[in-house]
Amino acid sequence: MSNVSKIGDRVHRKEDRRFLTGTGRYVDDLQLSRCTHAHFLRSPHAHARIKGIDTSKAAASAGVVAVFTGKDTADAKVGGLICGWVVKDKHGVPHKAPGHPAIALDTVRHVGDTVAMVIADTAANARDAADKIEVDYEVLPAIVDLTKALSAGAPQVHSDVPGNLCYDWELGDKAAVDAAFAKAAHVTKIDVVNNRLIPNAMEPRAAAAEYDRGTGNYTLHTTSQNPHVTRLVLSAFVLGIPEHKLRVIAPDVGGGFGSKIFIYAEETLCVWAAGKVGRSIKWTADRSESFMTDAHGRDHVTHAEIAMDKDGKFTGFRIDTIANMGAYLSTFATAVPTYLYGTLLAGQYTTPAIHVNVRAAFTHTTPVDAYRGAGRPEATYLVESIVSKAAREIGVDPAELRKRNFIAPTAFPYQTPVALTYDSGNYVPIIDEAMKLSDYAGFGARQSAAKAKGKLRGIGISSYIEACGLAPSAVVGSLGAGVGQWESAQLRFNPTGNVQVLTGSHSHGQGHETTFAQIVSDKLGVPMDQIEVVHGDTSQVPFGMGTYGSRSLAVGGSAIMKAADKIIAKGKKIAAHLMEAAEADIVFENGTFKVSGTDKNVPLAQAVFAAYVPHNYPIDKVEPGMDENAFYDPSNFTYPSGTQICEVEIDPDTGVVEIVHFVAVDDFGNIVNPMVVEGQVHGGIAQGVGQALMEAAAYDNATGQLLSGSYMDYTMPRADDLPSFTLGYKTTPCPHNPLGVKGCGEAGAIAAPAAVMNAVRDALAQVGAQDRIEMPATPQRVWAAINAR
Amino acid sequence: MTISVSMTVNGKAASGNVEARTLLVQFLREHMGLTGTHVGCDTSQCGACVVDVDGASAKSCTILAVQAEGAKVTTIEGLAESAEKLHPMQEAFREHHGLQCGFCTPGMVMSAIDLVKRNNYQVTEDIVRHGLEGNICRCTGYHNIVKAIVAGAASMKAAGV
Ligand code: FES
Ligand code: FES
Repeated sequence: MSNVSKIGDRVHRKEDRRFLTGTGRYVDDLQLSRCTHAHFLRSPHAHARIKGIDTSKAAASAGVVAVFTGKDTADAKVGGLICGWVVKDKHGVPHKAPGHPAIALDTVRHVGDTVAMVIADTAANARDAADKIEVDYEVLPAIVDLTKALSAGAPQVHSDVPGNLCYDWELGDKAAVDAAFAKAAHVTKIDVVNNRLIPNAMEPRAAAAEYDRGTGNYTLHTTSQNPHVTRLVLSAFVLGIPEHKLRVIAPDVGGGFGSKIFIYAEETLCVWAAGKVGRSIKWTADRSESFMTDAHGRDHVTHAEIAMDKDGKFTGFRIDTIANMGAYLSTFATAVPTYLYGTLLAGQYTTPAIHVNVRAAFTHTTPVDAYRGAGRPEATYLVESIVSKAAREIGVDPAELRKRNFIAPTAFPYQTPVALTYDSGNYVPIIDEAMKLSDYAGFGARQSAAKAKGKLRGIGISSYIEACGLAPSAVVGSLGAGVGQWESAQLRFNPTGNVQVLTGSHSHGQGHETTFAQIVSDKLGVPMDQIEVVHGDTSQVPFGMGTYGSRSLAVGGSAIMKAADKIIAKGKKIAAHLMEAAEADIVFENGTFKVSGTDKNVPLAQAVFAAYVPHNYPIDKVEPGMDENAFYDPSNFTYPSGTQICEVEIDPDTGVVEIVHFVAVDDFGNIVNPMVVEGQVHGGIAQGVGQALMEAAAYDNATGQLLSGSYMDYTMPRADDLPSFTLGYKTTPCPHNPLGVKGCGEAGAIAAPAAVMNAVRDALAQVGAQDRIEMPATPQRVWAAINAR
Repeated sequence: MTISVSMTVNGKAASGNVEARTLLVQFLREHMGLTGTHVGCDTSQCGACVVDVDGASAKSCTILAVQAEGAKVTTIEGLAESAEKLHPMQEAFREHHGLQCGFCTPGMVMSAIDLVKRNNYQVTEDIVRHGLEGNICRCTGYHNIVKAIVAGAASMKAAGV
């Protein structure tokens, strides 16, 4: 059979043709009939009381259909936006969940907070009208500095959240950690800031809502990574539209990186208002709005200490972190600095006692939530920074110190002291391969050569672990998640033998239309061009959880495998009947049912046809049709691991950091499409390098203004900021999912910040400046570190 | 108050009545239905909107539609010879996995073609990296885009386009 692909093949992507010819369909590309356009008036202040709003001039402005304020949504009983994960503090008390109205009622709490919605015949008219709304603000003091947010006397973000403390959470055995420190031969201490980032998917968020008066049905086209979750939240918590009357479609989506998981005010309001005005409404963020309103990422300040014995074995690790929630809780904000961070602090090491304390604080800033890696980059940055610092302090090579403390390959499943059970891994061959690819042994000579030219060369290692493939529903449920974390799949064969693969996960760049088709092609022998992967439409695909946490292949791909098993099982019954053989004698190979030991065979397509035209059919044993559903709930997280080694050269006169070599060696378990995996790693590394050297969401401490609110001020990595990357793989298959896969979407972003910063610190150590640098290590900061007195 | 504009878009005459403030990208997307040209920013930084205007690449978010009066405009939709035969640069992006979400892609491909022509079909990795300064991609880390453009330059030369 032509055009059959195998798992592991470098298959070119099926989706590329439309993207390359400009025929993709993103939300803003939709042209709905009689469509109106929304514009949102944004707060110019970080914190202010709204004393009054006069919308009369706006309402009378050209083309305006409606103007809504917080009073209108409150009167209509539009619910507030919710946080879907309940974190309990160290006393078992649930986190503080202050109200988050879609349109501010009497107080605005961050620059960009929604103040009013204008709907007009054109986007330009809506914008013009919004300019005519008069808002009487009483500007109030704002707190944006995370280190001061929990201090006495800080301005209060919510009157019902005393001291701005959302929760005070801990994990691990404090007494055991204290005992380890009491006996330590050496203790290394570190303070790190994990800088706030703005995700910046290149497609801005957008929503287009339709209301059908005849049926009372709503349709929302939106830039979502998880359309069913959006529907569920809008239906059950915010708008009260029954789930079966609301269809959510996430068509082609231009990147997400977490920022399109969440349920935001704008799409909520477009759906509500479409019903209210009885016309379609479209809204597309401009980039400035994206900067102010897309959930930001990271933003931790941490003090940590690690205890070692005389051999450099880690004996105890204590961590104290403050995490920024922003002004309101975004959809999964509470989980990120707790269950996606604290649980990863063992890293790849056997540290027997770990205790982490996390205090989450409200500030007058944009809400913070999951961004590529979500908690795991923060954990990896901390662990890998302190390990390299410890190595320097005790005079041991950082690679050697890591190896001394790695969990042995024979120790799996390995129970860490911070709740997780690592299922598999083999860390030494990975770091060895990374050292080989980076010519680690030859670094000293390169450093001397650089020195002779007046340059500071440094090398940095980052060995990461992540828990992904989110996740066993029972586990996340016990930790406070408001949703399950299984995934769905449906294999819907058509009478002519081609097949639609319906998946509950969503692709916004990951290439599922190709990789999921590869799984089906490999497993069922169906040619690639006979397979269509369908995703992103709640009216077409079974309820699914969507794409985030590197879960699509591990969980969604596994669901496809389960559905394929059901197809084979049914096909065997049909084939046995057609060949007048016993079902037990039927084997399925290369897309064909065979009677073992004979040359009798029935291709799958023939069995499918028989199932739809069941004239000669075992109707007493099987139903007609070939259409199978499966839901897969994993038994554990997956644990990708790897080591990155970065080499930098710093020009001490300018502070410019140049990455001269970047190596990543990963264990993602089995790989379905190496080409796609490489692309994911490249993109992740670029975002990690961006965090380390360029990107920072900067707020003015006095006014709370977002200083980095456009591409003029927020430094996005560009082609000439980055090198090409050297990649390698070592594989230990995941033992608990049918594909043996672990997930690769976040690894690059998780490991890279520490690899880069360890290299920068290593370079700066030559002038004693290694402890004076924080991310992003911009030229100005590097120069200042070198020249500090 | 509207103004009438006419230009040639992808080889065909195109005209319409637009507001004076209508950008070329809005004319292409909203009036012509050519939604392959994207808008990724509001400060002329991202390059998602790049098209060819009279033989040179231009950010269509930075030109008023009326400024393109009489111009010959080529968009991403006008590149491929046919549904089966992509432009060599499009083909190179596919071959080298130079795209993920596809949002930056039309602008990348249009910039790449201009970059290759400006450099007389002789491009190195370094030239490409510097030449792409006006285009942002958040997905690919540029590694494969750079590879694609270097390869695409060679196939453009070979194909004489
Ligand atoms: S949309 Fe034109 S440069 Fe960003
Ligand atoms: S492919 Fe997504 S922004 Fe470039």
